[in-house]
Amino acid sequence: MINDKLTGLVLDEPLLWEKGSRGRIGISIPEAEVEKAKPDKDLVWEGPDFPELSEVDVVRHFTRLSTWNFGVDTGMYPLGSCTMKYNPKLNEKTASMEGFISSHPLLPDNLCQGTLKLMYELQELLCEITGLDAFTLQPAAGAQGELCGMLVFNAFHKKNGKRRKKIIIPDTAHGTNPASCALCGFEPVGLNSGADGILHPDAVREIMDEDTAGIMITNPNTLGLFEENIKEIAEIVHEKGGLVYCDGANMNAIMGAVSMREIGVDVIHLNLHKTFSTPHGGGGPGAGPVGVIKELEEFLPVPRVEKNGDKFILNSDFPLSIGKLHAFHGNYGVLIKAYTYILSMGKDLFDVSTKAVLNANYIKENLKDVFHLPYDRPCMHECVFTDENFEEYKVSTLDIAKRLLDFGFHPPTIYFPLVVHGAIMIEPTESESKEEIDRFIEVMKQIAREAKENPDILHNAPANAKVKRLDETLAARKPKLKG
Amino acid sequence: MKEINELNLPENFLYTEQHEWAEKGDVVKVGVTDYAQDQLGDIVFVELPEVGDSFEKGDECATLESVKAVSEMYCPVSGEVVEINEALEDEPGLINEDPYEKGWMFKVKVTSADGLMDKAAYLEMLKGA
Repeated sequence: MINDKLTGLVLDEPLLWEKGSRGRIGISIPEAEVEKAKPDKDLVWEGPDFPELSEVDVVRHFTRLSTWNFGVDTGMYPLGSCTMKYNPKLNEKTASMEGFISSHPLLPDNLCQGTLKLMYELQELLCEITGLDAFTLQPAAGAQGELCGMLVFNAFHKKNGKRRKKIIIPDTAHGTNPASCALCGFEPVGLNSGADGILHPDAVREIMDEDTAGIMITNPNTLGLFEENIKEIAEIVHEKGGLVYCDGANMNAIMGAVSMREIGVDVIHLNLHKTFSTPHGGGGPGAGPVGVIKELEEFLPVPRVEKNGDKFILNSDFPLSIGKLHAFHGNYGVLIKAYTYILSMGKDLFDVSTKAVLNANYIKENLKDVFHLPYDRPCMHECVFTDENFEEYKVSTLDIAKRLLDFGFHPPTIYFPLVVHGAIMIEPTESESKEEIDRFIEVMKQIAREAKENPDILHNAPANAKVKRLDETLAARKPKLKG
Repeated sequence: MKEINELNLPENFLYTEQHEWAEKGDVVKVGVTDYAQDQLGDIVFVELPEVGDSFEKGDECATLESVKAVSEMYCPVSGEVVEINEALEDEPGLINEDPYEKGWMFKVKVTSADGLMDKAAYLEMLKGA
C-alpha cells in the first residue's frame, strides 16, 4: 500500500481584500517637501479599491499561498508535451549576475559586448545542436516561433515570385500549429497519421501541390512517436517547391541524435523553456528561438547579432527580413539560463535525451498491462495511455488524474492529443530517479486497482489536496475574474 | 460515459457519421446527438452560424467548446440557416441536458438532405466504433 496521506500543515488564507483594516499601510512615506498641487478635477475620483495591509500581512499572504503550490521543485511533474524537467539552480545564479541584470537594452554595442557575445554563442550552440545554419533568439515562446517560421515561409515564396496559400498540418501536430499558420493568412490542410501513429509519405504525396507553402511537423509527434518517414516526406514537399517546418517542442527526445538538416527540416523552433531547463508554466516566460537553413537566413528577424573580427554587433541591414518580432533581444533572462544549461551539460545533452526516452519507455512497459496503450511501439520522451480499461467502471481519465494528486504527483496531460480518446500523456523527463519513477508506477497501478474495486475513491478525488474537486464546468461557463 | 444502450436516439431523426442529427422536412432543426454531447463532456461555449449563412452537407458550421476540447460541428444537411437557438449563448449546457429539444442548434431551409442515416443505421455504426 502506498501512502496517500501526505498532507502536512495547510494554513488557510483569505483574499487580500478580506484582510487588513482601513488606513493600515506597510511603509512610512516621507513628508512632502513641496507644496501640494491641486489636480484637475476630472482626474480626481475615489480611486481603486486597494487592500490596506502591513508588510507582514503581505509577506504571510504570499508565503502561505506559495505552500499550496506544486512545482517541479515539489515533486514529479510528468505533464506530457511540456517537458517539466528540473531547472538547475546554477541557471538562476548566472541569470542574476550583476553584469546582465544591470545591462540596459539600449546600450550601444560597444558597451554591452558581453550580452551580445552570449547571444551570438547561444545561436552557434543551437545551430550545432540542430544541424541548421542560423538562429534568431527573438521569439518569446513556441507559438511566436511558429509565427516567425510561417512569416519566413511566406517571405521565401514571395521572393520566388509566387505566394502560396496552404500549409499541411498532421493530426499529431501541436494545437498551436494550425493557429499560427491561420494567423499568418495560410489555410491549414489536415493530414491524418496512419494506424501506427506516424505519417506516411503517400498521404503527403496525395495533397502536396504547388499551392502548398509547406508542412508543419511536430517531431517527435504528440503521440511521443518519432516520424520515421520524415526524410521521404521532406523530399516530397521539397520536390513541389515547399518548405518543411519542424515544431521542435519535443526536442528533449532527440538532442545529439538527430540532425535536422539531414532529415530535411528547413525551419525549426526550439522551446528553451522546455528542452533547456528554464522555469515555465506559472514559473516564468519562455523563449522560442527559430533556426533555418542558409537559404532562409536573409528572412530572419532583425536586428541580428554578428561577429565582426573580435567585436559583436547588431545588424539590421537585411532588406528581406520579416522585421522585428520582439522588443530588444527577446526574453533575455531565459537565454542566459539556457546558455548556462547547455554549457554545463556539454556533450551530456545526448545523455539527457537517451535518459528521457528510456524513462518514458520504462513507464510504458511497466504500465501497459494495466492501462490501455493505443500505440504499442517504442516511444520517445513520452507515452500515451487511455482510460479504456476503466470505462465499464465509469472511471475516466479526469478521475485518474485527480487521484494522482493524493499521492503527491502532478497529473499528466489529459485529453491531449485529440487523436487519442481519453488520452493520458506521461512525460517523466530525464530528471527523475529510478526510485521516483518506480513509486509513480506503483501509484498508477494502485489507482487502477481502486478504479475497479472502489471507483468512488476516484470519483471523489482528490481527498488530500487543499481544494477538492473543482467545478471546471461552472468555472468555464460563469468565470468570476475579480477579487 | 454512457454505454451504447443508454443513449437517447429518437426514431424520427436522421443522423450523420460525425454525430449530428437533423429533423426530416423542408425547414429542419439540427444539432448534435446524445452520443456527441456525452463524448464531449460539459459544453461551456457554442459558436453558432449566422442567419443567412449557406452550407453544403459536411461543411464546418459551428464550434462546440467543452471542458475537454474544442470541436467543430459539420452541417448535416445542405441549405440556408433561417434561425439559430439563441438560448445556447447563455446556456450552452442545454446541449448536454437535452440535445434534441432545448439543445437544438439552428434551423436550415434544406436544399439537400442526402446521405443521412436512420436510427438503426446510426446505432449500427456506433456499435462498430
